[in-house]
Amino acid sequence: MFEMIGSILKNLSSKPATRKYPFEKRPAFKNARGQISGIDIDQCIFCGICQRKCPADAIKVTKAEKSWEIDQFRCVICGACVEVCPKKCIKMDDEYKTSAYTKETYKAVQKTATEPQAAKEA
Amino acid sequence: MGKSGKQNKSAKTVIPFGPQHPVLPEPLHLKLVMEDEIIVEAIPAIGYVHRGLEKLTEIKEFTQNVFIVERICGICSVMHAQAYCQGIETLMNIQVPDRAKYLRVIWAELHRIHSHLLWLGLLADAFGFESLFMQVWRNREKVMDIMEETAGGRVIISVNTIGGTRRDMSPEALRKVAVIADEIKEDMKELEKVFMADYTVKHRLVGVGVLEPDLAYEFGAVGPMARASGIKQDLRTTGYAAYGELDFEPVVETGCDSYARTMVRLREVYQSVDLIKQAIGKIPDGEINVPVKGMPKGEVISRVEQPRGEVLYYLKANGTKNLERLRIRTPTFANIPTLLKMLPGSELADVPVLILTIDPCISCTER
Repeated sequence: MFEMIGSILKNLSSKPATRKYPFEKRPAFKNARGQISGIDIDQCIFCGICQRKCPADAIKVTKAEKSWEIDQFRCVICGACVEVCPKKCIKMDDEYKTSAYTKETYKAVQKTATEPQAAKEA
Repeated sequence: MGKSGKQNKSAKTVIPFGPQHPVLPEPLHLKLVMEDEIIVEAIPAIGYVHRGLEKLTEIKEFTQNVFIVERICGICSVMHAQAYCQGIETLMNIQVPDRAKYLRVIWAELHRIHSHLLWLGLLADAFGFESLFMQVWRNREKVMDIMEETAGGRVIISVNTIGGTRRDMSPEALRKVAVIADEIKEDMKELEKVFMADYTVKHRLVGVGVLEPDLAYEFGAVGPMARASGIKQDLRTTGYAAYGELDFEPVVETGCDSYARTMVRLREVYQSVDLIKQAIGKIPDGEINVPVKGMPKGEVISRVEQPRGEVLYYLKANGTKNLERLRIRTPTFANIPTLLKMLPGSELADVPVLILTIDPCISCTER
């Protein structure tokens, strides 16, 4: 009985264990696997290792087109692509966000060497 | 149904239980053949969450399969990956670095704590003790946070890889894990009183779902189910990973009922805290993984103790990058026969508690 009163008083005086989420957000942990936020496409050499290692077949690399694509709805955020990338150009965000509002894939295309000016601007 | 009223008295009714039921976290369907309020027979039906993951592992490369087997079950993902990795490592004669073995133990025991706390909360919810449920889950959140901080994910933490672990823990992180483990112990010491001595809790658990030791043995019960019936069986004593160098004894209770199973899991939380602290004290410096060369060949059986009991992995590889066969026997699969043995003779009101005491993980069972 006394223990119960003790815990009642403790619960009354202590802060709530929950957060008012949309207004008050917990800062993301460093190096947490949040989501693949994109790629530094100018670094990419289109070797396709990330595509082969992806367990969910979410990544599509096209060498001819010089493009790198990810389907955020297929991605299981394991981080295998980030680990195997020889150029370390795939970026992992430490915060999970809603991946997309529509089922559009993230696609990055490298500008060809004939227009280096455009690549710099981008 | 008989035509006359007299025959109706002993008529049997079939009450479907699940697949959707407030107490069930996952879809398990039971047809309960009832005579008044007493269950005569229970007919199980599973197959609601079959995803064909075993077949998928035959298409994917053996290195990618680590991520697939992790997704068999959220609550024991570390142990699934561990069992798979240990199997492949045996096939390929890979010597895992000592530090990786200790890291595997630490993460596996953190996972065991979070699984048992989840179960204790669900049990409290099953017998209607909402505030206890919330308090247990509040404590569980600390484990989830430390897992996210050290491994990068809350539940599917993806730390195991063939040849070691993917991440290392810094000395500060290890210290923090030790502090959190102590906090969990303190918190659970407070809640333990409720589980052990509260009148309502004991009323719902003591003497409910008695599983005699010889029956448990005969039906092949594993994990806390077997240990609560007095069978001293814990695969960690075989000394895989770094368990051989740590000092512990399997938690055994002799009550054979739901209360004993609760006590086993409660005491295993303390055991895991102790194991984590031992591992942090003994962890050596060094590499965390070794590079993998070549392809696996041959067949092997790899076993690991999950929070729910023994998981068995059968791996058959033929020297290519794809496995020929991967067969998994999960602890819930082994425990369902004992549940069907416990149900006849008990009351309908006890069914939720009985189902929960085997700690059912249906997504594991159906894969």
